[in-house]
Amino acid sequence: MGTLQPQITPEKPGAIFPEIAQIPELFRTCIQCGVCSGSCPMGEVMDFAPRKAAKMIADGRFEEVVSSNTPWLCVACHTCQVRCPSQLLIPDGLFPALRSAVMAEGKPMEQDLQKALQNTYLYGNPMGQSPRKRAEWTKTAGVPVPIISQIKRPVEVLWIVECYPSYEPRNQEISRKLARILNALGVDFAILGHEERCIGDCEWLAGERGLFEMLIERNIEILGKYRFKEILITDPHAYRTLLNIYPKLGGSFRVKHYVQFFAERLGQLKPLLKKKLSATVTYHDSCCLGRKTGHYDEPRALLQAIPGVKLVEMIQNRESSLCCGGGASTIYLDRYIQDRAKDRLADRRVQQAAATKAETLAVACPYEPSRFEDAVKITGNEGKMMVCDIIELLAESMGLA
Amino acid sequence: MKIAVLAKQVADLVEGVEIDASGKAVDPTSIRYILSELDDHALEEALLLKERVQARVEVFSLETGEAREALFTALAKGADRVVMVQIGLESAPDNHTTAKVFASVLKGQPYDLILTGVRASDDLDGSLGGLLAGYLDLPYVGLIRKVEVAGDGGTVVVEKEYPGGFAAELEVRLPAVLGIQAAEQPPRYVPVSRLRQVMKTAKLEEATAAVEDIGPLAVRRMYKPEEGKGATMLSGDPDEVARQIADILAERRLLR
Repeated sequence: MGTLQPQITPEKPGAIFPEIAQIPELFRTCIQCGVCSGSCPMGEVMDFAPRKAAKMIADGRFEEVVSSNTPWLCVACHTCQVRCPSQLLIPDGLFPALRSAVMAEGKPMEQDLQKALQNTYLYGNPMGQSPRKRAEWTKTAGVPVPIISQIKRPVEVLWIVECYPSYEPRNQEISRKLARILNALGVDFAILGHEERCIGDCEWLAGERGLFEMLIERNIEILGKYRFKEILITDPHAYRTLLNIYPKLGGSFRVKHYVQFFAERLGQLKPLLKKKLSATVTYHDSCCLGRKTGHYDEPRALLQAIPGVKLVEMIQNRESSLCCGGGASTIYLDRYIQDRAKDRLADRRVQQAAATKAETLAVACPYEPSRFEDAVKITGNEGKMMVCDIIELLAESMGLA
Repeated sequence: MKIAVLAKQVADLVEGVEIDASGKAVDPTSIRYILSELDDHALEEALLLKERVQARVEVFSLETGEAREALFTALAKGADRVVMVQIGLESAPDNHTTAKVFASVLKGQPYDLILTGVRASDDLDGSLGGLLAGYLDLPYVGLIRKVEVAGDGGTVVVEKEYPGGFAAELEVRLPAVLGIQAAEQPPRYVPVSRLRQVMKTAKLEEATAAVEDIGPLAVRRMYKPEEGKGATMLSGDPDEVARQIADILAERRLLR
């Protein structure tokens, strides 16, 4: 598996938002090798795994695929897309097209997903929280977190906090620690505060094209109002979308995920990592930082810089890492998937982590703390393993926790 | 069958509401408007009836808040006609006045059913459905969760909720006004691209209605819930708060 390289979504006609009618042409070079279906962690549960679904669509059997369970079971882990010898866009093309077709037919949708999409339309976040309260978490950060519209000057770094890190209590803790680390490093940064809206990864991959376009238009307009050198972003899904998809739709920005941003400042960070943590840690490569954008080394470099951390690897790591099962809006389809699959990918992943005997499962994606903390309980590992964002481990070692 | 749905704009409580300087009304500048949730259910029930008995669905809204978007959304979901009723008032009138306005627009029109949410978050003086039925001299049944057209199409069988988990099936002679508590399925989703397309291509019809008087109701004071004597505010982290709640419940013998 070590020879596989992540591929950035290639430029192709209809590459972003293909209609289902374009799929036969886009999949003309499909050689029906079946690597996609064999690689898919959900393939055995799908009525039609990706190879078969693509063939059926090419044969004009759209309706059968659209009304099967296939459209909603792709977690967008990108294992298939990275391995496809014809470089076909499977989670980025085939599945959004299928999901758009389901929505266009007005078929009833899972309520949690519908609610998340409606909330994003109304409030710019899937939780349905007030956009005015997007920066509430900063009040207890203990360090200044400036809002760019209020400070009225250019900044070096514009931090896009994103939805979960802004609103979800478990992730808010991590955001506050990240703010403290930026402060300790003397980074000149600001956030968008009430003007920030979801970047739109989930909405795009869920096939909600109009909503994604609406978010992109608004975000490009807001980002265009301010001057900054680069964007720092907390959520790997948003990072990947801003990095790879926005430029194709008129928004080119210098954007870095925090693992990249802090790895670049490792020289400055190392002397501040004073407290020894004495922990065996295993790291979960999230799909968006791993397969989709190739950041395998930076998170490991950050973890290994912490005194006392012993890094061990899970059986599936780097390019072959197992997805938490929450990508492409499936974080809102847990019940739908649970009714069909025999286990949850998050549970399977936590069992892999437990097998390493690590006491800490380190993550760098805001979906993971709650997903994996639930999985730790479900798999009977409560008290044996902690789920920590890399930010939390850095903050702990820096005495900023 | 012809169905009218009345769709009302109410304050979006997610954004919070503020009381204005007079202390008698909600500050309109603090509000963002959305379609009243139960009116969305009324529309869904109408659309389900349309699918079952090929009804024609027409939606009416007063020109307040984000009514344009709500009406376009109704069209995108499958309504056949949408009408914005202009009354020349800056803010929404009370339900007596609204009922009179809708009565003047709907009087003499051949609707078999008029559906509306059984209540809305800003009802001050009664629910719209009952008042409208009074002005139109039609039967009214509220708290409805299912509507089926009976044999000859001259009546509907409705399922009405009662307190304590009871329900009843009633046969209602048409035309009638129904207050919807919940549609048989959650309101359907409209993809944003379809909504945007409808907004570009479809037209809203407009109707005007005169408001003769502003109703008999005068608000003396409007205020947020006040902390009463004996209230205890719990604080601490979630585990700590949970423990405190458990202790209180145990202490008051509310736990078995």
